[in-house]
Order: sequence, then C-alpha cells, then structure tokens
Amino acid sequence: MDIAAFLHVLWLARMPILKGVGVTISISALAIVVGTLVGVGVGLVLTYGKGPLRWLVRGYTDFIRGTPVLVLVLASYYVLGTVGVDLGPFEAGVFALAVFCSSHVGEIVRGALQSIPRGQTEAAKAIGLTFPQTFAYVLGPQALRQMLPAWVNTAAEMVKASTLLSIIGVGELLLRTQELISRTFMSLEFYLFAGLLYFVINYGIERFGRYIERKTSVPS
Amino acid sequence: MGYTLNFSAVWRSFDLLLQGLALSLGLAVMGIAIGCVIGLVTAFGLLSKNALLRRPAQLYVTIIRNTPILVLILFAYFALPQMGVRLGKIESFVATLAVYSGAYLAEIFRGGLLAVPRGLKEAGLAIGLRQSQIRNTIVIPLMLRNVLPSLSSTLISLFKDTSLAAAIAVPELTFEARKINVESFRVIETWIITSLLYVATCTVLAALLRRLEKRMSIPR
Amino acid sequence: MTNLLEIRDLHKRYGDVEVLKGVDCAMAQGDVISIIGSSGSGKTTMLRCINMLEDFEGGTIRIDGEEIGYDTAGGRRRRKKEKEIARQRAMTGMAFQQFNLFPHMTAAHNVMLGLVKVKGMGRDEARGLAEKWLDRVGLAERRDRYPGQLSGGQQQRVAIARAIAMNPKLMLFDEVTSALDPELVNEVLQVIKDLAADGMSMLLVTHEMRFAYEVSTRVIFMNQGRIGEEGNPREMFVKPQTERLAEFLMNSTFN
Repeated sequence: MDIAAFLHVLWLARMPILKGVGVTISISALAIVVGTLVGVGVGLVLTYGKGPLRWLVRGYTDFIRGTPVLVLVLASYYVLGTVGVDLGPFEAGVFALAVFCSSHVGEIVRGALQSIPRGQTEAAKAIGLTFPQTFAYVLGPQALRQMLPAWVNTAAEMVKASTLLSIIGVGELLLRTQELISRTFMSLEFYLFAGLLYFVINYGIERFGRYIERKTSVPS
Repeated sequence: MGYTLNFSAVWRSFDLLLQGLALSLGLAVMGIAIGCVIGLVTAFGLLSKNALLRRPAQLYVTIIRNTPILVLILFAYFALPQMGVRLGKIESFVATLAVYSGAYLAEIFRGGLLAVPRGLKEAGLAIGLRQSQIRNTIVIPLMLRNVLPSLSSTLISLFKDTSLAAAIAVPELTFEARKINVESFRVIETWIITSLLYVATCTVLAALLRRLEKRMSIPR
Repeated sequence: MTNLLEIRDLHKRYGDVEVLKGVDCAMAQGDVISIIGSSGSGKTTMLRCINMLEDFEGGTIRIDGEEIGYDTAGGRRRRKKEKEIARQRAMTGMAFQQFNLFPHMTAAHNVMLGLVKVKGMGRDEARGLAEKWLDRVGLAERRDRYPGQLSGGQQQRVAIARAIAMNPKLMLFDEVTSALDPELVNEVLQVIKDLAADGMSMLLVTHEMRFAYEVSTRVIFMNQGRIGEEGNPREMFVKPQTERLAEFLMNSTFN
C-alpha cells in the first residue's frame, strides 16, 4: 500500500467522494423522515387498529420484514417503472428504504406502546382524560423515551442500507468509491476509506443516540 | 395500464429460483455456524478482565456493527486479494457473513452469559469442578438456551442478507431472479415470486426455530 | 489427633471493609457446629473462605492438616493452582441458600455431574450412587424431574444430596432454609438431622435457633468479624456470657 500515492489520488477525487457522502446522507435522511412518519401510523394501527385495516397493516409489515432490503430496492426500481410510475433510481431507492424503515418503526412504536402498563391508561381515564389527551400527555411521552434507542439504531441501519442503492446506480458513497477503484485499481485503500467514512457516520449516530437517551431519561 | 400478469416465464425457470433459494439457505447456515464460534470467543473476550483480550474484542464488535455489510462483502472479495488473501466467491461471502454475524452474536452471547446466575458457577466450584468444566457443562448450555430466540432472529436476518451475495455474482436467489428478469422482462412476476419465496422461507424458518426453542426449553 | 478443620487468624476484606478480623476456630471429626450472628457479622464469608469461594488475605485454613487455597513457603503466600483448589473444594460439600441446582439437568443428573466429572466415576456407578442419595433424602421418585418441577424444599434436598454424594469430609450449610416457605423448612432440617445422626461433620450458618440448639455439638456466635462467643448450646443459649449475644438471642425467634 503506497500511502502517499493514495493520499494524492484521494485529494484529486475529493469532490466525487464528498458528493457521494452528500447523496448517502440525503438518501438516509429522506428514508428516515418518510419512514418514521409512515411508521408511526403503522405502529398506531398495529396497536389500536381493528379488523381489516389492522390485518392489512400486519400483512404489510410481515411481508416487508420477510423480504431482503435489496429485493425491495430492486423491485421498487424495476417494478415501478414497468407499471408506468417512472421514478429515477434515487427516488425508487429512497422509496424502498422508506418502506423498509416504516415497517421497522411500526414494530418499534407498537412495542413501545404495548410495554406501557395498562394501569397508566386506567389512571388517565380515572382523572377524566379523553383518549387523545391520554395519548398526548401520558402514553406518547413514555413510548417516545422507550423507543428512542431502537429508533436511533434504525437510523444507523438506514445509512448502512443506503449502500444497496449503488446496485441500481445511485451515485452515493459506495458507487463513487467503486468508480474510483475501477479507475485507480486501489481497491484495498478505497474500500478501507469508504468503510471508515461509514463507520464515522454510524458511530456518530450511535454516540448521539446515547447522548439523547441520557438527556431524556426519567430520573429514578 | 394495459399490463397483464403472465407467470409462465417464471415457472419455466422456477427450478433455478429454488436452487438459488437452497444456496441462500446454505450460505446463511454456514455463515452463522462459523459466526457462532467467532461470537462465542469474542463474547468471552468482551467479558474478560484482561484488557489485552477485551479491547480487541470491543474494537472488532464496534467496527463491524458500524460498517455496512455490502462494504464488507465487496472488501472481502475485491480488496483482500490485494493483500494476498484470495478466496472464491462463495468462500469469501461465507467468511464475510461469519465475521459480520460474529460481531452481533458476540453481543448476544455476552448478554446470555451475564444472565447465568453466579450461584450456579459457585455450586459447580463447590463440587470440585474446574473452570473449564463449569464453562462447558453449565454456563454455555444455559447461555445457549437464554439466547436461542435472538439466535433465531439473527439466522433469519442473515438469510435475508444472503441476497447481497448477488453483488459478487454468487448464484443465490436474488441473483437468479435478476437473471430471469434480464432474459424474460417479466419483472413484476419475478419480483413477486422472489419476494414470496423469501417471505415464505422466513416464516417457515421462524416456525421451525420456535419449535426448536420449545423442545430445548427446560421443563418446569 | 489432628483436627478436621483448623482456622487460624483468618482475615478477609472487601475493598476497604474488613469482614473477618482474625477468626480462630477448630473442629473435630463428627462435630456439628452452628454459626449464628446478625447479618454482616461475617458468618457466611467465613464459610465461603473454607471452600475458597472467596479468596482471603491473611491466616490459614487447614482441613485434615492440609492447607487450603494457599501455599505459604518461606514467608511467601501463593494461591494454589486452579486444579489443586478444585480438588480441595471437593473435600468439602456445600449447600447454598438459593439451592443453585443446575436448571437444565434432572435431579439425578445434578447429583451425577460431580461424580462423573470430578471423581471420574462411570455413568452407571454414578447413577446408582445418585439414586441411593436421592432415596436417602426422600426423593427417589423425583429423580428424573427438573429443578423447576420441584418445590423449594425438594430442590434443597437434591442440593444436599448432590453435595453429600461426593463423600466430603466436611459439609458446609449456608442458611439453607432462609429462602424456603415456612412449611418447607422442616423437611430440609430433618435431612440435616439425619446426617448429623450418621456422624457427618458439619458447619452450619443458620437463623434457626431451635434447630441450632437441638442439633449442634457446639455453637459459634460471630460478631463484627470476630468470634464473639462459643460453646455448648445448652450453656450458651441459657446463660450467654456477653451482652451482644444476650441481645442477639433476645431478638431471635425460637420456633
């Protein structure tokens, strides 16, 4: 490994790499935001929903969770195009990751809500709160604290899953890295470097999550 | 949308999909088998009082958990040869899965080991067993029962991760599906069947593993 | 004749806290000694040191003249090798407050484990011995049950059989009835009484004053890491010599 030569190439390639990092972050952020919004709805239906709507959502999450993310990404890219929804690879990829994210967040929300003792709802009823009030002041805040660690973990998962979009040609960090490797043949150096960048992003998310967890924990 | 579903192309190549599925399962099982050994050794490292054993174990777990698996797969297959480690596609992929799952399993085993009551080790000491005998006849058997549910979900998620072997052209399920796509252009049909194969396998796997858990559980 | 157990100037500390501040004690073959005292007096720690479940910083423990846990040669003190300590531990048997049966093994297998792995006995011979001892504690019919399928009292009897089957020179009982429901205490105490009647040497940490009174040849009262008073139970319980023991006995229940 020739460090000096690598650093030189790295400097020349700084723009594509930075752009790749930018795309990786955009993909992850969009998937997390959309996936979380949808996921909260999924979680609410799984916990409080009744009848056909609940079965439908249950089927949705089970199907998504049983399918590899790569299959979701490929299916989203190729299938949507075939049925006339013409999305670029970026949009199709983000769509797939958001769907994936929503099923995970849905399960996290359900788990968090169900872990709150029944007595909490009963106590809220006893002082005359309506269900929306109970949710807003009693259940929601408790569930939020409960689900925070798992949610941060999902966010890190999304960053890792964003690499799969390289396979459908989205110019995120991994694809940019592969392009550089095909030009320079420095596969060891560039894969290590890309791995390092992902590590830094994910490790940052993990530390941030721990920090938030400490800040929001209930004193006991 | 004048699209009519036509599964005949998929049925004609269905045996290819099944072969791919079998390979996927094989890859996952081999990966987790080796991963368990790595995970067990690492778990004892994580719990060691000796920093020379503990630090490397922690470093390994932290790095792997924060790196996308696709980067690991590509690194093992394309970058390691530059360091003189040349493996075939399948060997390289199984090795990656083992190293990858080993890090997650180490955390799982660590928790399982901590959950074995101290008193049982003392009871072993009191009848004159040596540390190694206590570890093999008491601690590890009990730990394995503790972690069986987590082990099951790791195997299932590892099975889904085998789809990534398509990225280095290992002929597993996703790879075969893409091949059929290219040949037949029956994109929707292929992805429907492929997803269903994954979902069905995950469901069956989960049911089998639950049954195993029941059989392994200690009568009470 | 050498004493079965001889403890000299035993010192043990956890960090800054000195739990044992120099304990001396001797015990002859066939003695049944109850150790009483309030919690934190060091009685359980003393028992655990005899079995090397706790390392100790000073003093010596000898069983049948053999020094336990450490070699002191030329003024230097070295912890014995793991294998050697394991062999010495098998000289004593121990029953715990929480039973500590191995939950993934049947009653018979719990008893057999030490016989096979430590004594190197064949499985058939070990099985025979396990059945004999389970029969002795009144559990012959439960030998193939798992600990989770047994009551607390039954579990403790299996645990005692597990220890006794190893044919120890000395049995240690660490508050063996404290975790049991009141109605299950007597079946366990009866097993211990039977063992005493057979001439087994025993050291018991207990809160059961009546039992200590009835079964012991000698009683040791531990107080703040030292032996506060010791003697014949009949004399000690009726006429305590120290204020501390009198106070302790006043606050204990005899039932």
